[in-house]
Amino acid sequence: MIELRDVSYSYGGGELLSAISLTLAPGSFHFLTGPSGAGKTTLLKLCYADLRATAGKILLFDQDVRDMDRDQIARLRRRVGVVHQDCQFLDHLSVAENVALPLSVSGRDVEGHVSNLMELIGWVGMKDQMDALPPSLSGGERQRAALARAVIMDPEVIIADEPTGNVDWEMSLRLLTLLVELNRMGKTVLVATHDLNLIRAAKAQTAARVLRIRNRQIQLAGADL
Amino acid sequence: MTWAVDLFAVLRGDAEADRAVPPTGFTARLTLFAAGAMAFLTVFALALSLATGRLADRWASELARSATLRISAPAGQVEAQVGAALKVLETTPGIAEFRLLDEAEQHALLEPWFGPDLPLDTLPIPRMIAVIEDAKGYDGEGLRLRLRAEAPGAVLDDHTRWRQPLVRAAGRLRLLGFASILLIAATMAAMITLAANAALAANAQVIRVLRLVGARDVYIARAFVRRFTVRAFIGAAAGMVVGVLAVFLLPNASTEGGFLTGLGFQGAHWLWPLCIPPLAAIVAFAATRAAALKSLKELM
Repeated sequence: MIELRDVSYSYGGGELLSAISLTLAPGSFHFLTGPSGAGKTTLLKLCYADLRATAGKILLFDQDVRDMDRDQIARLRRRVGVVHQDCQFLDHLSVAENVALPLSVSGRDVEGHVSNLMELIGWVGMKDQMDALPPSLSGGERQRAALARAVIMDPEVIIADEPTGNVDWEMSLRLLTLLVELNRMGKTVLVATHDLNLIRAAKAQTAARVLRIRNRQIQLAGADL
Repeated sequence: MTWAVDLFAVLRGDAEADRAVPPTGFTARLTLFAAGAMAFLTVFALALSLATGRLADRWASELARSATLRISAPAGQVEAQVGAALKVLETTPGIAEFRLLDEAEQHALLEPWFGPDLPLDTLPIPRMIAVIEDAKGYDGEGLRLRLRAEAPGAVLDDHTRWRQPLVRAAGRLRLLGFASILLIAATMAAMITLAANAALAANAQVIRVLRLVGARDVYIARAFVRRFTVRAFIGAAAGMVVGVLAVFLLPNASTEGGFLTGLGFQGAHWLWPLCIPPLAAIVAFAATRAAALKSLKELM
């Protein structure tokens, strides 16, 4: 589904990620952890073609990212739902319109998906705020709305970058439960977090594997968590 | 042919794509103003081109067919030479008609130059014969040779000497008018490109979000292109209406024959300005589309 072969990424001077190989199988649940600045967000961006690897090969749905043109990348992003660290909403549109944005930009008939949209907004518990503008939402509400937007296209892969970054523990668990539910529905889930408690809580609910970035390399974390 | 698909999409409109990009009040008004001002100027450039075109055609066709025979001879010989010249003209092929101007007509011609009180009958005024050629035309050199033999005081003036520079000047003016229209179109394209780039830069974050949720470049470009195309059309339509009104209200003094007062439209030419708003829209469409796709390519 997502496959990295000897992938390196360097910013201007130094190398941030070095010769990383990684395969995410369909239906798997992975956490990505590591200290701040270790390259978690960079690794995720490589997985939805927001960044291009400086060396190595990235296969997304068996397609080499280097061979994809801009329109193919756009279509790829409709198959990968992403919860961005800073949510990335359009602040002049309501929550419901933001959640429906992937539908409208891909030319789907939003009217025809209204029941799906309402169900999804209900599922993340945002019914009362659906007409609100994103800047008026709390951190947890923003993350839940972002999750709803990430799954509206019924993607095969869900990538979340620090979805519990600035929300309280209760809200973190709620978001985790939503992600676990999606995984049980067969979605491949990749979550970057530095919250070890969240990883422990997830391990109680699902067979999550933990990847750790250390010294520009990726390691499968053992039982120490 | 993606641009054709795009043009169609722009004409049809997409409310959702329009919603996705927040409205920009200031650049919108500037674009409207620029398009209006450019359309206003185009109306005048168009009027200039069409008017000088008419003038050049008229000079070239009407004047080319007329000539003047001037006979100046010692007092006693004038009548005899006029008679001889008329005979020559009668037997010259290619002349449709000719007419000896009588004294009253010559007076009227000279009056603007010498005033009404001059006693013209005491002056040795040459006699004039107006000549109109037929469709085939006559042989000017042959006529001159025959006149030299029969009426040595006759001088044939076929107006070429002063007509050709005028026709050339009118043609050059028409060219200048069309060049102005092209320059105006290019300037409008430049201004709209600048405005579009400003709008794209101001909406960089919106564009990034749209790309991240899977929008193709053409979808994002369309939201901008549609706006600028519609604005250019509306602005140009308003500028065109004001320009046409201004041309319509120009004081009409064409009977006095001024070249400047002939500036304006005649008959079907009044329909030409209707082309300005669609052309402005096409210019805006092309300029914005190129600017949008270029700046999108620079994003990931």
